[in-house]
Amino acid sequence: MSEGRKIILGCEDVALGYDNRPVIEHLSFDVRQGDYVCVIGENGSGKSTLIKSVLGLIKPVYGKIVMDKSIENGCIGYLPQQTEAQKDFPATVEEVVMSGFLNKCGFRPFYNKREHQIALNNMKKMNISDLRKRCYKELSGGQQQRVLITRALCAAGGLLVLDEPVTGLDPNASMELYDSLKSLNKEDGMTIIMVSHDIKNVLEQADKILHIDNDSYFYGNINQYLYSDMGSSFNISEKR
Amino acid sequence: MEVIKSLFEYEFIIKAFEVGIIVSLCSALLGVSLVLKRYSMIGDGLSHVSFGAISIAVAFGLAPLAVSVPVVVVAAFLLLHMRENGKMKGDAAIAAMSASALAIGVTVTSLTTGMTTDVSTYMFGSILAMTDSDVILSILLSIMVLVLFIFCYHKIFAVTFDESFSKATGVNVSLYNTLVAILTAVTIVLGMRMMGAMLISSLIIFPALSSMRIFKSFLGVVLSSGVTAVVCFCIGMIVSYRFSTPVGASIVIINLCVFFICCIIQRVQLALNNK
Repeated sequence: MSEGRKIILGCEDVALGYDNRPVIEHLSFDVRQGDYVCVIGENGSGKSTLIKSVLGLIKPVYGKIVMDKSIENGCIGYLPQQTEAQKDFPATVEEVVMSGFLNKCGFRPFYNKREHQIALNNMKKMNISDLRKRCYKELSGGQQQRVLITRALCAAGGLLVLDEPVTGLDPNASMELYDSLKSLNKEDGMTIIMVSHDIKNVLEQADKILHIDNDSYFYGNINQYLYSDMGSSFNISEKR
Repeated sequence: MEVIKSLFEYEFIIKAFEVGIIVSLCSALLGVSLVLKRYSMIGDGLSHVSFGAISIAVAFGLAPLAVSVPVVVVAAFLLLHMRENGKMKGDAAIAAMSASALAIGVTVTSLTTGMTTDVSTYMFGSILAMTDSDVILSILLSIMVLVLFIFCYHKIFAVTFDESFSKATGVNVSLYNTLVAILTAVTIVLGMRMMGAMLISSLIIFPALSSMRIFKSFLGVVLSSGVTAVVCFCIGMIVSYRFSTPVGASIVIINLCVFFICCIIQRVQLALNNK
């Protein structure tokens, strides 16, 4: 069903890692436009190595990650894990969201009208337009995550990369966030790659799973995953 | 009013005002980013390095500013680099560097000229320290700092708020970190003539700390820091003239008072909101 769509991110037999020491080897997968891919795996299995490689922060040890023109040169909307310093940072929601346009500015020192308009639309999409003038540090965890996703949307050329977006959120806020992501994926056609530990929910949300383990990996859609060797343990618990 | 009028009859005081206002403005603006990045101590460390460089320059009869600006810029660059590589923790690196520079400065001085008024001036600051060429150089460099800060404002915000996001969207993060470090280095060298090596770092952190008590937006904090710094500088100068207290110390005490006032305002605001 997904085979007709354009491949926007492709890896064929790449090895990813630091300083020529591969963490994952022989990795091949294609992400097509409109996919909702979830990356799961134990801590230290190479999930963040994968994310950093996709973002171009580290180079593959060998092989090449091929990207579509629409997401080249920093046009990936990235949601990093929150840092300690951000928790008492004086900034309004609007200021944080606008900083997503930085990659489009080049040497232009200020943002233009069109960018303000896009930011407003994105804030509406994520249901945070009424928080526009509020102080970022006074928001709840779920609201902060929405703000950062809106910022990522402003930077994105069609691909969002989310690093553990629901960590630290209560179940309600998590579900609301998943709903928003689903609608970005289904209605706006945004391609999503998400790293998560929340496997139970992920199996209901995503279309495809990339499960990385130290020496092997699985990539495919949810049904294939549930009947694969790596995924069958979840399958059993799902059926109860 | 009489006091203020008589103040402006002295040429050296007018010079001090010119340089002091623009330097306080620069250090306050940069201070917001430094404080938020948990880098408050960089001012302290760099001012000690600057003291060391100036002592050596005085000992060899060289122009103090011309020697210390490049030395402090290099020190700032090294500090940032050490932190990025994670080889040494940022605070340890700063402490080690500032103590060493101070020790070298004091040793060189005692071996050559001895503790002259010149050197103690750099420790605790003096408004008499400015020559005409210093004033012109200070103003030119400060204007450069201001222009670069305004031009890179949004980038500095983004890099301060979230380095990983900025990196991922293709912003050259280390370029902007280096830029902030260099601007800070220049500002510190300019400011320490008046404030003294021991007190200059307060010019960087106090306005930002006070403003963060009250303002909620980054722009608000930046603007308020600039205004606070300039106002505190002017009051400090007048107090220092009126009561014959040292300039640097007076300005720091005024800044401290403003900080306390801001804390009280924040408390009151919180109490009102909770009602």
